Amino acid sequence: MYRYDQYDQQIVNERVAQYRDQVRRRLSGELAEEEFIPLRLQNGLYMQIHAYMLRIAVPYGLLSAKQMRMFSHIARKYDRGYGHFTTRQNIQFNWLGLEDTPDILADLASVEMHAIQTSGNCIRNITSDEFAGVAVDEVVDPRPYAEILRQWSTFHPEFAYLPRKFKIAITGAKEDRAAISMHDIGLSVVKNAQGDVGFRVLVGGGLGRTPIIGSVLCEFLPWRYMMTYIESIVRVYNQHGRRDNKYKARIKILVKALGIEEFKRQVEADWCDLKDGAGTLTIEEVNRVSSYFTAPDYEKLTANEPSLDSFKAENKAFANWLQRNVKPHRIPGYAIVVLSLKKSDVAPGDASAEQMEVAADLADRFSFGELRITHKQNLVLADVKQSDLITLWKIAAANGIASPNIGLLTDMISCPGAEFCTLANARSIPLAQLIAERFDSIDFQHDIGEIELNISGCVNACGHNHMGNIGITGVEKKDHDEWYQVSLGGSKGNNSSIGKIIGPSFTFIQVPEVIDRLLQVYLRERIEAERFIDTVRRLGLNPFKEQVYATAIEAEPEEKTEASLFKPAQYSVPFYSPRF
Amino acid sequence: MMIKNKAIVDDDWVVLRLAENETPESVTVAVGKVIVPLKVWFAQRDKLTDRSELGVWFASDERPEELKNDIGKFAVIAVDFPKFSDGRGYSIAYNLRARLGYNGELRAIGDVLRDQLFYMQRVGFDAFAPRPDRNIQDALKGLSDFSEVYQTSMDQKLPLFRRVQRKVNSIID
Repeated sequence: MYRYDQYDQQIVNERVAQYRDQVRRRLSGELAEEEFIPLRLQNGLYMQIHAYMLRIAVPYGLLSAKQMRMFSHIARKYDRGYGHFTTRQNIQFNWLGLEDTPDILADLASVEMHAIQTSGNCIRNITSDEFAGVAVDEVVDPRPYAEILRQWSTFHPEFAYLPRKFKIAITGAKEDRAAISMHDIGLSVVKNAQGDVGFRVLVGGGLGRTPIIGSVLCEFLPWRYMMTYIESIVRVYNQHGRRDNKYKARIKILVKALGIEEFKRQVEADWCDLKDGAGTLTIEEVNRVSSYFTAPDYEKLTANEPSLDSFKAENKAFANWLQRNVKPHRIPGYAIVVLSLKKSDVAPGDASAEQMEVAADLADRFSFGELRITHKQNLVLADVKQSDLITLWKIAAANGIASPNIGLLTDMISCPGAEFCTLANARSIPLAQLIAERFDSIDFQHDIGEIELNISGCVNACGHNHMGNIGITGVEKKDHDEWYQVSLGGSKGNNSSIGKIIGPSFTFIQVPEVIDRLLQVYLRERIEAERFIDTVRRLGLNPFKEQVYATAIEAEPEEKTEASLFKPAQYSVPFYSPRF
Repeated sequence: MMIKNKAIVDDDWVVLRLAENETPESVTVAVGKVIVPLKVWFAQRDKLTDRSELGVWFASDERPEELKNDIGKFAVIAVDFPKFSDGRGYSIAYNLRARLGYNGELRAIGDVLRDQLFYMQRVGFDAFAPRPDRNIQDALKGLSDFSEVYQTSMDQKLPLFRRVQRKVNSIID
């Protein structure tokens, strides 16, 4: 993986000093909160309901065992012993004191990490394929380009105060695992007929209140133009994106308003004097950065490890895990392992300090010391020998990170929801837990098969509700009650679609029954190995709607359970909560 | 007081801002060194064109191309930041320098604060009028927050990878 040189380290160190001084000025009252907000946000520091939350960048989701151990250290020293991995492949700590944050950044800088541009109206951390470099279907490894873009976007002077946040995702495989069509810019590294490397550039995708799938801006952009072309896209957006209404400020609204042809014309007009200028990427720089992403020392192994079959036959839990959590690797005898952070008793994406250490140890022992974070909030060990799978599984299972549920119903995406976030209307995490308890049976989950259930606590869609096969969104009605809207038919990947709302919303308690009814239709109607999403596409929404709304759904009165439901998921509310 | 070329200097220019009841056509431009709104320049071009010392300022929603034919006529061009979080002024500055070839004084006015000066200087500003309620000595420090940058802009025509020999992964070399 990429390692800092003296320049990277110097920039990050200077950022720590700058931020330390900003916090000093805030604490002394020299800076008003209003002025401090955009400064701390550019550093990923949010004020949430109970405390400050710090979002740390994990560039394109790749990190070393040493960096993972630093997260564990931060969780123990400054937080409450756990961290939360996010859908943008980052990590968040939820219970921090402002005065500690400069020291946390200094700790991070010591392991080549930072929190630069993890929030604010700037170019955010670039996300990528969690299987980059090892996927069977990879065309070009996107990681060198992701790193080059990380550096280009870091403290870009012209684009620190855009109309709204700006997210870029990049993938280099046939199957899109980075949801590039829902990003402000989505890049897919491709090869043309001559074998030259370039990018298919999508622009104007996004979720939130107005979900839009990105449009193709350029079918083949030669690799050397990557930064100058993106510079022109962002410059057009910076000048013309709406600033009068936060909800209409993303680039997707501008692209929609201008039309993709006119937007492209403006971008290319801006680009013409940059095109072959000094900002053009060089092959030397691509080669330099690529030198950090060469394949590790793989052993020469046979394609299929024989010991697995006998163990699988006698151990159902292992067999389930092998089926769901272990993915094919491009090198014979190796496998990709997904460590699940989805269990019915914890918030999706949460990991304890101990689990982080276990994951780091597993990486050191079995996967060349590296890990990845997935947009589905799980961890990946990308280079595991098949002959190590049994030992690895035993350790992972003993530490609660081996739920055999990757891609299944309980592998939900959930935003932090109303217990942490000031925007949310609804309690995403307790709902995720309620659903996980209801469908706890792993046999049932395996029978249902591949399905994506996504939960957002509000219309801002941090939990990717629009892209869920089943999407749940917390909505507020005028009496401040929380209601849950259910949508059907969303999906990520090459064949992305945005889900449609099935009808009137439901109460908290009713949601699991709604999901059960949707699944009943699927079980009744599916043809052979058809996935849930395929059945939905084939039948349309009607049979599902009919089943869901056929009879009233009984719901226990909320009063009965209120006390337990309003308690933050697993953690008690601290008395210093700024909201109170 | 203002910051120019990284030093604190006296400011003998006056920025004309229209009051609510004034229009670009009717407002009286005082004698002396005045930086007028772009709209006033267009409305009173004939009257103002012979002044030896005149400045013009852009609002954040105005386009630098509008001044294409007049760019050489001003001793100062300023860009107003109505709120520091309105980042359009950075692209206005870049376009004035890079596309219109303006090389006179380019001044940031309005909600100009220490923590944005580093970025402003990179896109081509060489003069800053920090908000008057702030310590200008302090603001000056903002210009030196970072000693190295990755990407090109007006202050740095080459990206880092074209300027220095950067480290290749030593494990494979």
